[in-house]
Amino acid sequence: MNKYKKITLDGIIFNNPTFMLVLGTCPTLGLISNALSALEMGLAVIVILTLSNMIISALRKLIPNEVRIPCYIVVIATLVTLIRMVLDKFLPDVYDALGGFLALIVVNCIILGRAEAFANKHTVVESAVDGIANGIGFTMALTVMGIICEFLGKGSIFGAQIMTFSIGLFSTPAGAFIVFGLSICAFTAIIDTFQRARRVKANKIARENLLDEGKNLGEVNA
Amino acid sequence: MATLIAIVLAAVLTNNFITVRTYGICPFLGVSKKTSSALGMGVAVTVVMTLATAVTYPIYEYVMVPLNFAFLEIIVFIFIIASLVQMLEMIIRRLSPSLYNAMGVYLPLITTNCAVLGVCELVIGDMSSIIGDVAMNYGWAVLYALFAGLGFTLIMVIMSGMREKMNRVKVAKYLNGFPISMVMASFICMAFMVFTYIA
Repeated sequence: MNKYKKITLDGIIFNNPTFMLVLGTCPTLGLISNALSALEMGLAVIVILTLSNMIISALRKLIPNEVRIPCYIVVIATLVTLIRMVLDKFLPDVYDALGGFLALIVVNCIILGRAEAFANKHTVVESAVDGIANGIGFTMALTVMGIICEFLGKGSIFGAQIMTFSIGLFSTPAGAFIVFGLSICAFTAIIDTFQRARRVKANKIARENLLDEGKNLGEVNA
Repeated sequence: MATLIAIVLAAVLTNNFITVRTYGICPFLGVSKKTSSALGMGVAVTVVMTLATAVTYPIYEYVMVPLNFAFLEIIVFIFIIASLVQMLEMIIRRLSPSLYNAMGVYLPLITTNCAVLGVCELVIGDMSSIIGDVAMNYGWAVLYALFAGLGFTLIMVIMSGMREKMNRVKVAKYLNGFPISMVMASFICMAFMVFTYIA
């Protein structure tokens, strides 16, 4: 069970694809001016990433090593085509909101990166967990930045108007770049502080244990 | 002539791939530390974008649409781009080893570049919001791809110049690396907003 906990935490926090590895930046910058489209993009990526991880993991013993990248691209491109057809038919609003970035999921580094770094070495279940965790990490990052950008740029959150004051810059790619850059900065600072606090605590416990042992030894010697 | 100017200005300035469409950000942030490498990457992307559009546009318009398998566009396009990049790499290595040394390292990265697939998808779709009511044809499509690539190269070179200066400055610990690059990219976008949002 501990194995799955580690995969999940790595995907969502310690190896967050957006904040820690800075992958898949094009859809991030293009869609965070609107919180809802950012969330929809994240959900599409969760579905495609989980399915592609599972399929590639299931086929990992059949795919020859020399042509693995073209094989992965075929799997991913097929999944993207399917998702695009489904959205076009059943959710035309989402299809329009995501626009060109829906087709560009094929060349999203996160999906190919997880296939290459994780799915071709692990079992189907582990790969599925990894896909979901990384997808959630991506979705979380996009939604948080989408809320910030939409609030500052349009004065609304998920389309609900909250205040009339707004700064138009945050609806443009320029504002998206600033919010993305400062979010990476804040995220790494928080994670670093957290890990340092944990390390200090671990050191303290280790030192106390050593002292106790020393005391015990002293008593024995006396 | 007017159409030509409209397409060139739209591709380079008002609809720049990086500052307005946010396509191709990975090489923009990853390969812009030195001006020479930024220029190399920009030229390589421009060449591949132009060739990819020159191949995919007629295949889509004259083969896939009449035969009713236009829905397979993503799979067909990504395969054409991947094989094109592979072929270009072999040809350059054979013809000019010095050019291969300068440009070859960037070529494998280009297959998974949003800008290349992005321009192929863009020219077969509805372009009316970008260049007005111009009837799209093969010549305009290739020209648009060429100048979109040049606009991409322009921003890459500007960014690399700023980052070379930035290397000599001490930056706060957590702001160093990607965050400060993105803030600088934001300033470039703001400068280019003049062409887009104030019409």
